[in-house]
Amino acid sequence: MEPLIRAAGLRYRYDDGAQALNGLDFVLYPGETVALFGPNGSGKTTFLLHLVGLLAGEGGIEVCGLPVEKRHLPVIRQKVGILFQDSDDQLFMPTVFDDVAFGPLNLGLEREEVHRRVHECLRQVGMDEAAARAPYHLSAGEKRRVALAGVLAMNPEILALDEPVTFLDPPGRSALIEILQRLPQAKIIVTHDIELARELATRAVFFSQGRAAASGPVDEIVGRFQWDTRTVTR
Amino acid sequence: MHHVTLDTWSRLPSPIHRLDPRAKIAATLAVLVSLALTRDPGGLRIGGYFALLTLLGAAARVPLAGVILRAALVLPFAGGVALLNLFGGDPARALGLLAKSFLSAYMVLLMLSTTPLHALLRGLESFGAPRFLLMVMQFLYRYLFVLSEQAQHMMRARDCRGGRRSFAAARGAVAVLFARSYARAERIHHAMLARGFRGHFQLLDPPALRGADLLYLLFIAASLTALHVSLWNH
Repeated sequence: MEPLIRAAGLRYRYDDGAQALNGLDFVLYPGETVALFGPNGSGKTTFLLHLVGLLAGEGGIEVCGLPVEKRHLPVIRQKVGILFQDSDDQLFMPTVFDDVAFGPLNLGLEREEVHRRVHECLRQVGMDEAAARAPYHLSAGEKRRVALAGVLAMNPEILALDEPVTFLDPPGRSALIEILQRLPQAKIIVTHDIELARELATRAVFFSQGRAAASGPVDEIVGRFQWDTRTVTR
Repeated sequence: MHHVTLDTWSRLPSPIHRLDPRAKIAATLAVLVSLALTRDPGGLRIGGYFALLTLLGAAARVPLAGVILRAALVLPFAGGVALLNLFGGDPARALGLLAKSFLSAYMVLLMLSTTPLHALLRGLESFGAPRFLLMVMQFLYRYLFVLSEQAQHMMRARDCRGGRRSFAAARGAVAVLFARSYARAERIHHAMLARGFRGHFQLLDPPALRGADLLYLLFIAASLTALHVSLWNH
């Protein structure tokens, strides 16, 4: 089976000299949901930004068989939907409808198709009543779901979610997890939430100093790196 | 989250709120031009305009006292010019200036309190206002709330640690806010690119004006004509 994402020896250094990725190897296969664990600054978010060419490091990275290069970016950005950590960064249009329609309009879709996709995606996340509302009138959980609808409206094959349940209250967290469980796309989830990973992920990868230090079942990775509260209280 | 009063009023349900923003902009322009063309409005005409605008405000179900008080804020500014006319021996003109300034502000406030900003900006675009300028205004308005919340959080953090209000502290806070805004702008740009943005905003074409919009315009035109005819007869 051909992987949806293949990264080999990926390296990236920020302008301030921090080496965020240091020879990262990673693969994602169709149907997989992979949780990315690792300390802050270990390169998880930097890796997500590489998937859609927002950062460009050294080494190879392919999405759906296409190298992440400028000429393929329009196709790749349709195939990979990124949910950013802070929904306020993602909801920049004046109404929920306009925000979800932003991606389909950039794809050059017809008016009727844009309307159909917007309403379908809002329905998928349980926010179809909120189409006319302004993003700043929404709760944190609602914002996150609308941001997800905006990503789904691109009809992506891969979802890359950066700490999707951060800042959400328990009901908001549960609602989002239920929605994510229903979505058929392959997923990469950057998270510190082990329970979330247990509920959603088929596999976990542990990032350390810009590399994938290990890959395996969630509980195995958590146990091996003692990646839970015991590490803190020890 | 605090929202400005006009924003709250602009989302009330009323027949005037449901009108197309283009009709409301055209009606406002018509009233402003009509007022500008009225050289020395007597008490009757001032009363006529006031009654017309108050009728619109009542139909829109906005808090009239609040709108009128806000419109009166222009009086100190118009007062200077009115005083010059008064001392120049033309009290009728001084009164006319004050009345016209107040009535113009009243009409503009009625438009703002019955039209959400995003709809207003889209309407202005139909009238040929530069799209780039409107987008800047839209982003500014969208993130003003986020920025103001960040400022409030910083002030709370300062107060919690016994900080004092001083020019130096304010200067530092502004610098931090600027740096945060810059970082947020970069993240927003990333979010836009990730959903296929290629430098130009694609918008859905606005729908055609409806019968209610045309009726509203007709009513405004008839009312203004009646006010002018009565002026000639006078």
